Parts: sequence; structure tokens; C-alpha cells
Amino acid sequence: MGEDLLREALEENKLFVEKLLAKPQPGSAGPTGTWRTYRPVVNEGKCIKCGLCWLYCPEEAIEWSPGGLPKIDYRFCKGCGVCVQECPVKAIDFVYEGE
Amino acid sequence: MEPRTVTKVLVGNHAVAEAIRLARVQVVAAYPITPQTVIVERIAEMVESGELKAKYIRVESEHSALAAVYGAAAAGARAFTATSSHGLLYMYEMLWWLAQSHLPLVLALVTRAIGPPWNIHTDHQDLLTVRDAPWIIAMAENVQEAFDLTLQGFKISEDKRVLLPFMVGLDGFVLSHTAEPVSMPTQETVDAWLPPREPEPWVLEPGKPFAVGNVGPDEVTMELRWLLWRAVERARTVIREVDREYEKIAGRSYGGLVERYRLSDAKYVVVTMGAWSGDAKEAVDRLRDEGVPVGLLRIRFVRPFPKEEVLEVAAGSRAILVVDRAVSMGNAGVLGIEISSVVRGRIPVKNVIAGLGGTDTGYEDFEDMIRRFVEEYESGRTDKWLEPEWYMPWFKR
Amino acid sequence: MPVPIAKLAQVKRKGVVPGNPACMGCPHTLGLKILGKVLGDRAVLVVPAGCTSIIAGVYPRAGINMPVLHVPFASAGAVASGIAAAYDMIGRDGVVVVWSGDGGAADIGFATLSGAAIRNENILVIVSDNEAYMNTGIQASGTTSWRARTTTTPIYGKTEEKKDLALLMLLHRVPYVATASVGYPTDFAEKLENAAAIRGFRFIHLLSPCPPGWRFDADKTAHVAKLAVETGAWILWEYINGRFRISPMSRPYADPRRRKPIEEYLRLQGRFSHVKPEDVEFIKRRIEENWRLVKELEAFYRG
Repeated sequence: MGEDLLREALEENKLFVEKLLAKPQPGSAGPTGTWRTYRPVVNEGKCIKCGLCWLYCPEEAIEWSPGGLPKIDYRFCKGCGVCVQECPVKAIDFVYEGE
Repeated sequence: MEPRTVTKVLVGNHAVAEAIRLARVQVVAAYPITPQTVIVERIAEMVESGELKAKYIRVESEHSALAAVYGAAAAGARAFTATSSHGLLYMYEMLWWLAQSHLPLVLALVTRAIGPPWNIHTDHQDLLTVRDAPWIIAMAENVQEAFDLTLQGFKISEDKRVLLPFMVGLDGFVLSHTAEPVSMPTQETVDAWLPPREPEPWVLEPGKPFAVGNVGPDEVTMELRWLLWRAVERARTVIREVDREYEKIAGRSYGGLVERYRLSDAKYVVVTMGAWSGDAKEAVDRLRDEGVPVGLLRIRFVRPFPKEEVLEVAAGSRAILVVDRAVSMGNAGVLGIEISSVVRGRIPVKNVIAGLGGTDTGYEDFEDMIRRFVEEYESGRTDKWLEPEWYMPWFKR
Repeated sequence: MPVPIAKLAQVKRKGVVPGNPACMGCPHTLGLKILGKVLGDRAVLVVPAGCTSIIAGVYPRAGINMPVLHVPFASAGAVASGIAAAYDMIGRDGVVVVWSGDGGAADIGFATLSGAAIRNENILVIVSDNEAYMNTGIQASGTTSWRARTTTTPIYGKTEEKKDLALLMLLHRVPYVATASVGYPTDFAEKLENAAAIRGFRFIHLLSPCPPGWRFDADKTAHVAKLAVETGAWILWEYINGRFRISPMSRPYADPRRRKPIEEYLRLQGRFSHVKPEDVEFIKRRIEENWRLVKELEAFYRG
């Protein structure tokens, strides 16, 4: 009986921990890309690859490696426009999502 | 094999500190409040002198004291704090947060009245405010038991079937500042019996990203509560088991969640908790000498509540008298309500509220209470037991 | 030296997980992202009630890729003290970080913060200051700017001044205190590196302009944060073990003539839309006074 109680406890403790602890996973608030009214679009010809859009993106929704072009993850980009505002050469267009 | 023990004459607060030393507690955080202060003064001395290898955090409030030991427990350490009365109330939010995180530690509560007026003497109002949270709550009768419960607290609290915080109550001044001989197992014995804490059920560490307690579906909250309920329920078995095991290392056991005093043939049962149970036992003895078939059930654990033990007692007796040192305003004494909720009208229960604010209540008082209780029962005057009796013989309106 | 962008970008691990519940243009996630780049592998976060309680995500998912312990509002400094003590006893490395909002640090949690500071606990406290109780819907806090409108200062704006947390912490004689701004992530990153290299109590007051709370468009978060520095309203400085230094990004604005007009900063924020010219004059005087104080401190703590 003592062993049964221990087995039950271990199962339930595991369940408790599973239910108390949340694991990092994209989309903890759902597909936040649907929040967008405007879509930031990188104009690759104009981009100077400085990485400022990457640096300032509050969502970490921009992938960038030094020397490369930025790539925006539209599944989660909320369309705040901080990257558009911070681009020093105005290489990110802000395109209305409506159409 | 004879248990290897050392006996010292100690006040209750020092006895608790000795248990902390023997348990090799790693983090202590506390804030002074009378009558608890002596515990943490003694522990501070142990830490500074190297008798206890621990971190002592001199926090700026009781809220922070419990918050700090919560952090320590979440990081995997064995932790302890102590407080009284208003200090406990100031901790209230953290009491819940900690317990609902399913983490083990021990808190010593030196019971004291809640103001106003300022009053540093004992009653059980502070302890009983915690009864709805998932804490294991015990109350000692004497200095020896305060020591034993503190040490057992870690064993019960850290048991994988429990993993909940443990509160050990001892009556302010009556135990905290009263010296009695205390028999303690040796460090070697304790080390073998109480191994270092394992970081269960979860532990916070760098590089292991998870969030503890994110918002989520409401159902998850309810499921977590149920799982905590299950752990508190399991504690019954663990408490009884540890009580029996303890006999081997210390030469004492108490009977689990309750102590049964002259109950085997009792027709009338007095229920008490804490230090004044000694006075109540004296009254029981005196009445027994006169032939009154009375016995005493001492509540050692408020949570989990000893339901089976109470039912067992109710099954063999005529009536129960619950003498309470705490009141739930607008209803009755707290233990009175608790006992009635288990007895459910099987036999009549009388509730007396006494000793609030440390009001002196001696064996003569218990004798008077028990005598009238028996008379009322035998003359069929139990109808007025719906309301609790306030025991204030000195009081003239 | 501010940490180069390329160096930060080499860290592939994300501190902030995309798709979290933060508002558009949230300054906290911007700050958390930099924290993740610099200390992501070493940090455990203690988070009192506030916006980050929500940003951390909805169960079963987490929006922050670092260990996060949610704690009651007034407890963070003490919980972190306990974790640091336990790590010391157990022999575990790690940077115990309190990631707090302004309410949790300057108001309800101030005693706990002060207690942890004066004990010189081995913790790093970062206050991401968005100048109000934003999570409950923009109520004034101890760090809300004078005259700023909030839902509890709805008409005239706040009648009390902003509590200067960083200077209060400095006078606790702790080894590290700095101010930072989400407008300058590379400066914030440098300060995190410097703070992490020190043992004891470390404090960073991070100015975090909040689009819905301050009433500006979500794309202006970094812009407003930079304007706060460029107008001299927010001064970046760093104190390390007896040496006080105005940070390079703020240095030019020690000269009032080089500052941008404060009106430019105020005009962008709806919370200041009602301020009168005499209010602006008062704000200017206060900015000048703050600069005098900071320069005096720099002269005093030459190191």
C-alpha cells in the first residue's frame, strides 16, 4: 500500500509540474501575425544589411546574420513598424494588409 | 537498538533552533517579532559561529522572509523561517504562493494573539488563518514536541508523497520561553534519517527555460488545486509513518495526527490543541479520580485534519467538548467548527472559547468546563450548544 | 564600449519567443531580447506582477526562453535573494535577475528592493520602467512623469514628480547602478555585460516607452526612447564600484545647446497633450537640474 501511494504521488507530482510549468514555444499568444494591419516588406535592393531592424524588432521576429539580408517571420510579426521606423535607409516598406 | 540521544534543558525557541541545526538547513530568512525572535537570534548565532553552515538573510519584513525562503526552496535548498501573529498575517500572500507552488520547507509559528490591542501572549488565531491553504499544520504541546515536530517537519515536508510546506506551532511564552529537558537524536542519527533535500518536485536553474505559473486556462487552476488536495490527503499516511519511524531514532512517538489521552473507555471527550492540553489532562485526571468517564483528544495536526480519528472517537462516546483558543467570528470556535464538520450531528458537540490573548486558563478552569459540560449533557440541556460558550468567569458586563 | 550588433546577432538563442502576448511595439520584449542575447544561458528571471507576467505567455507555452519564476508583486527582491543564497549553498552558478516593472520596484516592492540592495545581495535587478501600471490599464505609479495623464490622473496629469530609482539605489552604496534605454540596445547590452561581471547587488533602470500607455504609435517605441535621451530628459549613466560615468550616448547632451527641444519629445506622446507652456518651462528647469546633479556625481565619483 505504501508503494501504491508513492507511485500515485510520483504520477501526480509529474502531472502537477507539467501543469505548473510552461515551456518556451513560438505562438504562446497564438499566430500573432494576424494582428497586423500593415506588413513590413524589406526592399532588398535598398537594404544595407546593417542589422538595425533585427536589433530593434521587439518580437525577435526578424532573422538576420551579419552581412546578410533580414528575413521577417510573418507568422508572428505583429506589424508594429519599429523596423520600418528604425531603418536608416528607408529600405522597409509598410504595406497595408487589407487588400 | 537504543536510540542515541543527547538531553539538554532548553526553552522552546532554542529547541526549535536546535532542530534547525540538526536538519542542516541551508537558507534561513527571518524578521524579528515577539515571541518568535529568540529562534532566529539563536540561528543567527549558529550561522555566525559556524555551528550551522547556512545562509542567513536578514530581510526587511516577514513578507520578504517567506519570499526569500520561497526562492531558496525553488532553487533546491532546504529552507526555514519563523514568525508570530502579525508577522504571519504579513506573510499571508506568500503563504499561499509558496504552498500552491508545491514546495517543501518548514516554518515555525510561535503563536500569539492578533491586535488590537497589542498583546504578545498566545492564542491560536494566527495559526488557524492558514488552514485553507495547502500547508501541513502541526501544533506542539510541550518543548520536546516542538523540537520533534520541527525535525519531523522536514521529513514530512520533503517526502515525495507530500512536498508541501510544513508549519509547526508552539504557544508563545508558554513553550517558547519555558525551559524543559529536551532529548535530541545525535547529528549522526539525524543525518542517516534525514538525507539532504532532493530538488523536487521542480527546481529553478539557469539554462533550463520554463515559466513557473503562467496564465492559462481556468481549468488548469482547478486541476492544480485538486492535485494539491491529493498531496495534503497523502500527508496523513506520511505523518503517521514518520511518527512511528521517529520512535526508532528518538524513542518517542505521539500517535500520529492526534494524541489519545485516557480515551479507551471515555464516554465524554475533551478536544484541545497546544500547550494548555497539559492543563486539560490534569483536569481529566482529577475528574477520572471522581469517576467521571472523560478522556482527551489532542489535535496535533490541523491540516490534514484528523477526520478518521475524530470519527472513531465520536463512535464510542456520548458527547464532545471542544475548547478553542481561536474564534471564527459569527460562527463558533475554529476547532469547534472543524470537529462538528466531521461529527455531523452523530453526537452533540459543545464548543467553548477560552484563553484568547493568553488569558490564563488553568486545570481548575478545564475542570469547571468539563463538569458543566457533563452536567448539561446528562440533564438534557444540549440544545444551547448551538452557540459557543465564551469562558470568561471574571467578566462582569 | 557598446556591444556591436554583429556580436549580439551571433547569439542564435532567442530570449523572447515570437508570438508572445506582448503588445505591438512593446519595450519590455525589446529589453528581454537583449537580456537573452547577453545572459540567456546564465540567467534565471524573477518576475513580479506586471506586464511581463502576461508577456511570459499563455500555458502550456512560454513566451520567454529563460527560466521565469512568477512571484507576487512585492516579493521579487526577496525571492531573488533566496535563490542567490541557495545557489551559493548548493554551488550552482547563474545570474539571478529580477525583471520588474516600475510598480513592482518603485512602489509596492520598494522596501524589498531596498532591503536586497542594502544587504548587497548577489542579484541583478532590472526595472523596465514604462512609467505607469500599464498591465492594469495605465494607472499612475511612483515613476510616472510629472503632468503625464494616466487613468488615475485623467485630467490634469500627475501632480507628483517621478521617483528617481537609480539615484536611490546608488545611495544604497551598491557596486553597480546604471540607467539605460530601449532606444540604445547596444548600450544596454554593454551594461548587462558589465553588471554580470560583478558580484553583489546590481541595478539597471531601463526606460521603456510604452505605445498604448504613453499614447504614441507602436512604430515609435525606439524613436521615443532615443528622443528621451536626445532631449536630455533621460540621462544614461553607469556607476561601477566608485566610478560614475555619463554614458557615451548621453554625453553630447550635457551641453543644453546640443539637446533637441523637449517639445518634440512631449508632442509625440498623447499623455502630455494637455501640458501648458509654463509646464514645459518647469520640465526644462527640472531637466537642467538633473543634469547638474549627474555632472556633480560624475565629478564626485571620479574613481
